[in-house]
Amino acid sequence: MKSSCGAVWVIAEQIGGRILMESLQLIGHARKLADEIKTSVEVVLLGDKLNGQSRQLFAAGANKVYLGNNPELTCYQQEIYTEIIVRLAKEHKPEIVLIGSTSTGRELAPLVAARLETGLTAHCIDLVLNEDKLLEAMVPAYGGLLTITCPEKRPQMATVAKGVFPTPEPDENRTGEVVPLDAPGEVPHRIETLEVIYEEPEGIPLESAPIVVAGGAGAGDHEGWQVIADLAEVLNAALGSTRPAVDEGWTELETMIGQSGKIVNPELYIGVGLSGELQHMVGIVGAQVMVAINNDAKSPVFEQVDYGVVDDCRGFIPVFIEKIKEYWSRNT
Amino acid sequence: MLKIVVCVKAVPDPKQERKIRINPVTKTLIRGDIPLVLNPLDKNAMEAALQLKEQLDAQIVVLSMGPPSAGNIVKECLALGADQGFLLSDLAFSGADAYATAYTLAKGIEKIGSYHVIFCGMASSDSSTEWVGPEIGAFLKIPIVTRVKEIIETEGEWWKVKASLDNGFRVVQVKIPAVLTVTRELNNPRTLSFSGIIEARKREITHWGINELCVSDDSVGLKGSPTIVSNMASIELKREVEIITGTREEKAEQLIQKLVEAGVI
Ligand SMILES: Cc1cc2nc3c(=O)[nH]c(=O)nc-3n(C[C@H](O)[C@H](O)[C@H](O)COP(=O)(O)OP(=O)(O)OC[C@H]3O[C@@H](n4cnc5c(N)ncnc54)[C@H](O)[C@@H]3O)c2cc1C
Ligand SMILES: Nc1ncnc2c1ncn2[C@@H]1O[C@H](COP(=O)(O)O)[C@@H](O)[C@H]1O
Repeated sequence: MKSSCGAVWVIAEQIGGRILMESLQLIGHARKLADEIKTSVEVVLLGDKLNGQSRQLFAAGANKVYLGNNPELTCYQQEIYTEIIVRLAKEHKPEIVLIGSTSTGRELAPLVAARLETGLTAHCIDLVLNEDKLLEAMVPAYGGLLTITCPEKRPQMATVAKGVFPTPEPDENRTGEVVPLDAPGEVPHRIETLEVIYEEPEGIPLESAPIVVAGGAGAGDHEGWQVIADLAEVLNAALGSTRPAVDEGWTELETMIGQSGKIVNPELYIGVGLSGELQHMVGIVGAQVMVAINNDAKSPVFEQVDYGVVDDCRGFIPVFIEKIKEYWSRNT
Repeated sequence: MLKIVVCVKAVPDPKQERKIRINPVTKTLIRGDIPLVLNPLDKNAMEAALQLKEQLDAQIVVLSMGPPSAGNIVKECLALGADQGFLLSDLAFSGADAYATAYTLAKGIEKIGSYHVIFCGMASSDSSTEWVGPEIGAFLKIPIVTRVKEIIETEGEWWKVKASLDNGFRVVQVKIPAVLTVTRELNNPRTLSFSGIIEARKREITHWGINELCVSDDSVGLKGSPTIVSNMASIELKREVEIITGTREEKAEQLIQKLVEAGVI
C-alpha cells in the first residue's frame, strides 16, 4: 500500500507463542486509524518458534508483520527487544506506535520512546485523529478527560489501557507480508530475565466474572475490607478495588479496576465505599447493572449507578449478606 | 561505597486530590490549596535505600524536581536518613511531561556524579505514567527494572531482584548501575513523626536551576516536552439512579428484589 505518511504500528505481545488479546484489539483499532490516514497497519512481533501467528495478525487487520523469531527472543528481554524496535522504527519511520498497557508494555514503551526522542501518552482509554490528522489520546484526570497530543515529534506513541477496544472479528481472507528480522547483532548484556513465574490469581478472575464487588477507601481498614470481601464471596463475585485500597495494602494491585488497572464488563457491579472517580469508573462503563453503597448521600458515585444504598458499609453489608442467604434458601 | 540516588516527587496530597477539578468553561484546572507531600511509592523507594544503608557501606542522595516548596519533601528524606538532598527548581522546568522530567533528572544525576543504583517509585500518584524511572535509565544508558517487589541479592555487580508481572512475577539479574522502580510490596516504609517533619524543615539542601544543570531552555519544562495537553473536558458517565430507602433490612430486601428482577443474581 502506497501512502504519504508512515504506518500505524502495533507492538504485539505473545506469551508462549499465544498472541495476547490486547494486541489483537490494538490492531483492530490501528486498522481504523490507518484507514483514516490512508496508510498501512504494521505489527512487530518478537518471540521464538512462532509459526502461523502472523495469519492471526493479518486477520485482525495488519498489512505487514515484522517477525523476530529466534530463541533469544522467547520472552521479553529488555535490551534486545528495545534495540530491535528502536532500529526498525528509525528505519521505517512509523507515524503512530501503539503498545498495550501490560506490565511488559509499560516497561518497554518508555524505553523505546526515550530512545526515539518522542512523546508517549500513558494508559489512554481512547485514540482518535483530529481534523489535522494528529493523534489525540484520551486520558481521564480530575473528573474529566484530557486530550494529549504530540504535535512535533514522530512517531506519536501511546500505551492503551487494557480492554478498551473490542476484539476485531477475524477476517481470514486478509493476508499480508511477513518481514523476517535478523538478530540485531551486538547489544549490551546487562540485564537478564532468569525466570518467569505465572501465578493463577486467587478467587474469580475479574475480567470474566459475571458479578464484580469493588471496595474503596470507605472500607476504612483491614476489617472493613474483609466485610466487602465477604460480600464478594457470598455472591460468588470477583473482588475489585480502587487505588486507595491498594495503597493501604488491603488488596493487591492486580485487583485494581480503572484506567491504570483492569477494565471489566460484568452483568452486575457493586461499588462499596468508593466515590465514583472517573479513573475508576472508566473501568466499568460496560457493566449492565450498577449498584453503589456509600454513607454519603452526596457522593458523586450515586449519579453513575442504577441503584444506590446510602448507608455505612460495615453496618449494611452483614445484613445484606444475611438477606441474600435467606433469599437463596427460600428459592433453591 | 555504594552510592544510591532516590528520586522523589512532591505530589498534591492524594487524600485531597479530589479538590483538583477541571473548570468546564475555561478548561483549566481548579487546583485548590492542597499541600504537597512525598509521593506514596517514593516512601518505599526511600525505605529500600535506607535498608541497604543499614546493611552496606552506602550513601544516599535524594533528588527531586519541582517548585521551591518541594524542598520540604527532600528535607524530610534527609531527616529519615539520607545524606544529601538536591532540588532541581527553575521556572524553565515547569510544565514538563514525563520525557522532559526524566531528562532533567538524568542531567541532575550526571552532575551529582557517580552512582550505583537509582530508586524511583513505580508511579506517581498525580501523573501515574510510570515513565519517569525507565526514561531516566534510557537517558543515562543503563538498564532498568520496573515493579521491583523484592531485592534478593546485592553482592557484586550483578544484583538479583524479583519484579511483578500482570499475572505473576519474574526474577531478573541486573548489572549495576541500574534504575529500579519499586512497588508497595517491597517494604514497609518508616515515617517521620509530626515533630520530625517540623524539625526536618531546618535541614539544608542544594538548589540547582537551569544554569547549574547546563541545559538549554528548549530541552526542559514545557518547551522540552513532546506531549502537550491540548484539551480538557469534563465528562459524565451518568445513569438514572434509584435510591433505595427504608430500614437496613428493608433496603437489603429491596435491593435483592431489584437485582433478581434485573436477572443479575
Ligand atoms: C493518572 C491516574 C490514574 C489513576 N488510575 C486509577 C485506576 O485505574 N483505578 C482507580 O481506582 N483509581 C485510579 N486513580 C485514583 C482515582 O483518581 C481516585 O483517587 C480513586 O479512584 C478514589 O478511590 P475511592 O473512591 O476508593 O476513594 P475516595 O475518593 O476517598 O472515596 C471514598 C468513599 O467512601 C465513602 N465512605 C467512607 N466511609 C464509608 C463507610 N463507612 N461506608 C460507606 N462508604 C463510606 C466516602 O463517602 C467516599 O465517597 C488514578 C489517579 C490518577 C491520577
Ligand atoms: N519531578 C520529579 N522529581 C523526582 N522524581 C520524580 C519526579 N517525577 C517522577 N519522579 C520519579 O518517577 C517515579 C514515577 O513517576 P511517574 O512516571 O510520574 O509515574 C516517581 O515515583 C518518582 O520516583
